[in-house]
Amino acid sequence: MAEPKTKYDRQLRIWGEQGQAALEKASICLLNCGPTGSETLKNLVLGGVGSITIVDGSKVEFGDLGNNFMVDDSSLGQSKAKCVCSFLQELNDAVKAKFIEEYPEALIDTNPSFFSQFTLVVATQLVEESMVKLDRICRQENVMLIFARSYGLTGLVRISVKEHTVIESKPDHFLDDLRLNNPWPELRGFAEAIDLNVQDPVAHKHIPYVVILVKMADEWKTSHGGTLPSTREQKREFKELLKARMAAMDEDNYKEAIDASFKLFAPQGISSDLQQIINDSCAEVGSSSSDFWVMVAALKEFIANEGGGEVPLEGSIPDMTSSTEHYVNLQKIYQAKSEADYLVLEERVRNILKKIGRDPHSIPKATIKSFSKNARKLKVCRYRSIEDEYNNPSPAELQKYLTDEDYSIAVGFYILLRAVDRYAANFNHFPGQFDGGLDEDISRLKTTAVSLLNDLGCSGLTLTEDLINEMCRFGAAELHAVAAIIGGIASQEVIKLITKQFVPMTGTFAFNAIDHKSQLLNLC
Amino acid sequence: MADAAPPSKSRDLDKLLLRPGNLVGPTFDPGVQLRDDLQEYARVLVVGAGGLGCELLKDLALSGFKNLEVIDMDRIEVTNLNRQFLFRLEDVGKPKAEVAAKRVMERVSGVNIVPHFCRIEDKDIEFYNDFNIIALGLDSIEARSYINAVACSFLEYDSDDNPREETMKPMVDGGTEGFKGHARVIVPGVTPCFECTIWLFPPQVKFPLCTLAETPRNAAHCIEYAHLIKWDEVHSGQAFDPDNPDHMKWVYDEAVKRAELFGIPGVTYSLTQGVVKNIIPAIASTNAIISAACTLETLKIASGCSKTLSNYLTYNGVEGLHTKVTEFVKDKDCLVCGPGVLIELDTAVTLKKFIDMLEEDPKVLMTKASITYHGKNLYMQAPPVLEEMTRSNLELPLYDLMDKTPKDVLHATGTINKDDKKSSGLRKLRVVFKGIDGVTDMDMAGGA
Repeated sequence: MAEPKTKYDRQLRIWGEQGQAALEKASICLLNCGPTGSETLKNLVLGGVGSITIVDGSKVEFGDLGNNFMVDDSSLGQSKAKCVCSFLQELNDAVKAKFIEEYPEALIDTNPSFFSQFTLVVATQLVEESMVKLDRICRQENVMLIFARSYGLTGLVRISVKEHTVIESKPDHFLDDLRLNNPWPELRGFAEAIDLNVQDPVAHKHIPYVVILVKMADEWKTSHGGTLPSTREQKREFKELLKARMAAMDEDNYKEAIDASFKLFAPQGISSDLQQIINDSCAEVGSSSSDFWVMVAALKEFIANEGGGEVPLEGSIPDMTSSTEHYVNLQKIYQAKSEADYLVLEERVRNILKKIGRDPHSIPKATIKSFSKNARKLKVCRYRSIEDEYNNPSPAELQKYLTDEDYSIAVGFYILLRAVDRYAANFNHFPGQFDGGLDEDISRLKTTAVSLLNDLGCSGLTLTEDLINEMCRFGAAELHAVAAIIGGIASQEVIKLITKQFVPMTGTFAFNAIDHKSQLLNLC
Repeated sequence: MADAAPPSKSRDLDKLLLRPGNLVGPTFDPGVQLRDDLQEYARVLVVGAGGLGCELLKDLALSGFKNLEVIDMDRIEVTNLNRQFLFRLEDVGKPKAEVAAKRVMERVSGVNIVPHFCRIEDKDIEFYNDFNIIALGLDSIEARSYINAVACSFLEYDSDDNPREETMKPMVDGGTEGFKGHARVIVPGVTPCFECTIWLFPPQVKFPLCTLAETPRNAAHCIEYAHLIKWDEVHSGQAFDPDNPDHMKWVYDEAVKRAELFGIPGVTYSLTQGVVKNIIPAIASTNAIISAACTLETLKIASGCSKTLSNYLTYNGVEGLHTKVTEFVKDKDCLVCGPGVLIELDTAVTLKKFIDMLEEDPKVLMTKASITYHGKNLYMQAPPVLEEMTRSNLELPLYDLMDKTPKDVLHATGTINKDDKKSSGLRKLRVVFKGIDGVTDMDMAGGA
């Protein structure tokens, strides 16, 4: 067996050992193991999820050999779940793989409690009726659920979880937490001890820009009634002032100060996204509140008290031109403040836990610390139930999408994916599934789509003939390349849900392989 | 219920290839013939058998293609196993191309995959001309640039400087980093080529040497000091080998010492490897998404069964899910996919003189050039056998070597020196001989 650290090196660099540990603890259930399901699991098995359970009642047919890599000629006539399971197991012996030869629809109807044992269910190629039933079960049992479906050159991916909270959202671009516009005493003291007019040119060009900006801001304030530059003209003037202080044109620290001056002008206090989170009714905690909301409640107190309107300091600083000594000392000042803020927050968390009758140490230090450092980046994702999305559509949203050129094909497919399920419920096959009678299928699908649009409250709108024809041409085909895309997206979302890192998609992803103008529809 | 079709392995693909549609490519001619032609005649080359390459081979084999070849110079490593799903632990050390080809052929009957365990530069240019489509699963800008130049070199322009369709060599190209990736379609002469939009790949930022030597501030600075400065000081003459674990350990130990000296936290062995080897994090799911998008486009280009991506798809799964299609435009003055660099010559210029001129020409800047003319080697720098065979041409006038053709296209491969960087490259050269009948000033004005 390979040293797991080496085997997983390239992904540990993304989600770290904590993320990996979460994956290795997860147990995943797959419904239907056609190419969409097989490809989803392939990516998760490679990444090292704890266990997989494959549910599929069908036998391998000739056609399956042409679209599924997890079966081969010798699989013909055998249980598809069994064959896929054994080929998946080959990919990673650290994963516990098992299969159940049963149709998912039957399991949903006869044994709903079956699903409660899993961390997450990946439901592929289900029709609307089964999706609604399964969603109800998984919400009841608090099991995460993700739907994935490939259908010709279209498909969809949809997460269904009551609530998913993220501490480590790891955004690509996020403003550094430097507090230049509101320096605390230690930072101010550090800046004050450094002379901006130092004669030694080497020392002059190695003053970190954080110090330059803190000092220059103070200088500006004394001559501007205690306020920072706010108008465009003042900001320009401030930058000119910085430029004038350069001792030579090649001073990178001053160039960085000019480029970073927007960080000084940034408004104080918390973002509207975070405001929304601390105002959420879940932040009024009780004995059944999750750890996340207990920490939000503590954060809310912190902001109102010790924080003076700010969250705990993140504590890390970007690289900048500086002498080693200045930089290391500056780092220490930020870290010390971050640590002090964290300790205050921790105290508040413990007190709240006590108040709601929980063990005050039931949330580990490391979790509170991570929460404290990531306080600006918290995310809460909530998902409507499938039933609600289907029964209470938002016609205004749909109409907006349908009339927007960039969205119209993707949303057209979204509606048609629902229409084909209605069609199949009526006619026992999908439109275009068989070679005869294509024209009849097309006109029936058109009628079905019109009545669906009516039910959705979009009666004035129609779908193009081209798109309806295309949907019939697809004939419910599960193309390998489309399945690999849909399965790839589904597995990426599963990883985000399980590691609780990064931000999962919120909405229904409607895939459009015609020109790749796929869209995330905000319907849930 | 309607009559069921007889069992077919291409049950699902047939829906797309056998039935007419309205949202399809202009050349789409659905039917059994199309499906069979795709299987019999379409030849696709997969460049790279890594994270993307493994997926591409699987996807293509299950998308109606039966004649595939794959080229990769690397051997399998343990760190590949979290995503390069065709490889097992016992394959470590074996050539990627060979194992990947074997695994896909074992699983998908009827598919033939020829592996090439070598560098992409080791193949004749004509090798690449043998394929209908080239699918790129690469992680380096240099390699993409090279294949792009090769594919573009086949492109011919007519007398009105319009690209000839039959000489276009389409490419699909994918790339990933963590949860992000891109897929694009390149049809030389129609879409921008890789070089037209090279600005999409900004060069990697390097730390200034004075920071490393004098004012290190973070762990990466300490590591690069040990790797780029200390190593050479201590190991005079011995080149640093990133694949040698003893070398890596030495750099790590030195970086730790330096970090302690300056009070800098964060040097780990993993970070040392990351910085020194410039490791790009990679996961199976993103590779799967991007490769499958490339495969779909390959299928569409080959069959016309749907519209094609026009022409650049980006995927970002870091915060939610964002996909975007951008239609980039061609650089009409592109040295690679344009009509070629125009070079005016006297009929007396020898091949040797011509090769020397290429070093100086600001639009070429190529040293050690090998020259081919319509697939014929005029002069080859290597291998020695070919060099010897073609050496006698050096003293002959190029005009004679080109059968006294007043105006034609040559291909030069060699080392391109650009912005203080050397890389293997290929240039298409439009040679025009002065003072020959039929060549007017008008003609010349159209080039350059």
